Amino acid sequence: MDYIRYIDKTHEYYRKQGYDKTYNYACNEDIPFTPLKKPLSEARVALVTTASFILLDEEGHPLEEPGFVGTNELEVSTAPSDWPAGRIMSTSGDHDRYQTDMEDIDAFFPITRMRELLAEGAFGSLSKNYYRTLPNYSQRKTTEVDGPEVLRRCIEDNVDVALLTPV
Amino acid sequence: MSLVARVLEAGGVSTVTFTTARDIAASAGNPRQIFLNYPLGSPAGRPHDPENQRQVLRAGLKLLQEADKPGIIVDLPFTWSEDTTWMGKFMTDEQPFLSDEAEQTRQELLDKARAQKKQDAQ
Repeated sequence: MDYIRYIDKTHEYYRKQGYDKTYNYACNEDIPFTPLKKPLSEARVALVTTASFILLDEEGHPLEEPGFVGTNELEVSTAPSDWPAGRIMSTSGDHDRYQTDMEDIDAFFPITRMRELLAEGAFGSLSKNYYRTLPNYSQRKTTEVDGPEVLRRCIEDNVDVALLTPV
Repeated sequence: MSLVARVLEAGGVSTVTFTTARDIAASAGNPRQIFLNYPLGSPAGRPHDPENQRQVLRAGLKLLQEADKPGIIVDLPFTWSEDTTWMGKFMTDEQPFLSDEAEQTRQELLDKARAQKKQDAQ
């Protein structure tokens, strides 16, 4: 199967531009694992994303400032899982802008599809909220600060399963 | 995102990550990966194609039920287009990854992250 090797490509791209230090991608051999603890029909599922977008009010005005890549502040946010896709606007700058666009929220943050699957009985329940965090160049920040905060909120919401969509 | 998946798994939450960058997630040690060979930005299916999006999500739910060990990658059979030249064009002079402004912000944030790392190491 032919697919893009992003790690090699990124190194090559930035070296060509004269940067001798390129991005260090995470590299782990051990992999943590929690097997599904109950039948899916009883499981509570959450959606978690790193996509950059803003929530809009009922008149379409932004409810928040756009964020792009994480800083050293805690960056985890939450919105109700029944938030309509029509009131989310992508602010992504790091998708492949020549090939795809971010107009259809469900192509990167499938909240409408999740509700359809729930109605079909594909899983037990949808978490109260969905969770967002921003991609961060600091792996330490993600592993020690933002990641644990997402976990804390998932546990509080009795989440069994998280579906993650990176952008 | 794979690092968040790892924290969740270690904390007792089962995860599936829907990716468009197979090698990045695999290198990070992602617990369960559904790989969709689409451009960056469309990890949950083709835009404006609800049936394709449902198929992607269903594949994730299936993997959750079937995975008996960590690190499984499921390669979905969907192709973005017959013409595969888009893969070669990504991150080239012809199609730079970020706009100039976004690239500058990226470098500033990278510098900040490196400084933080240095500080953490001390």
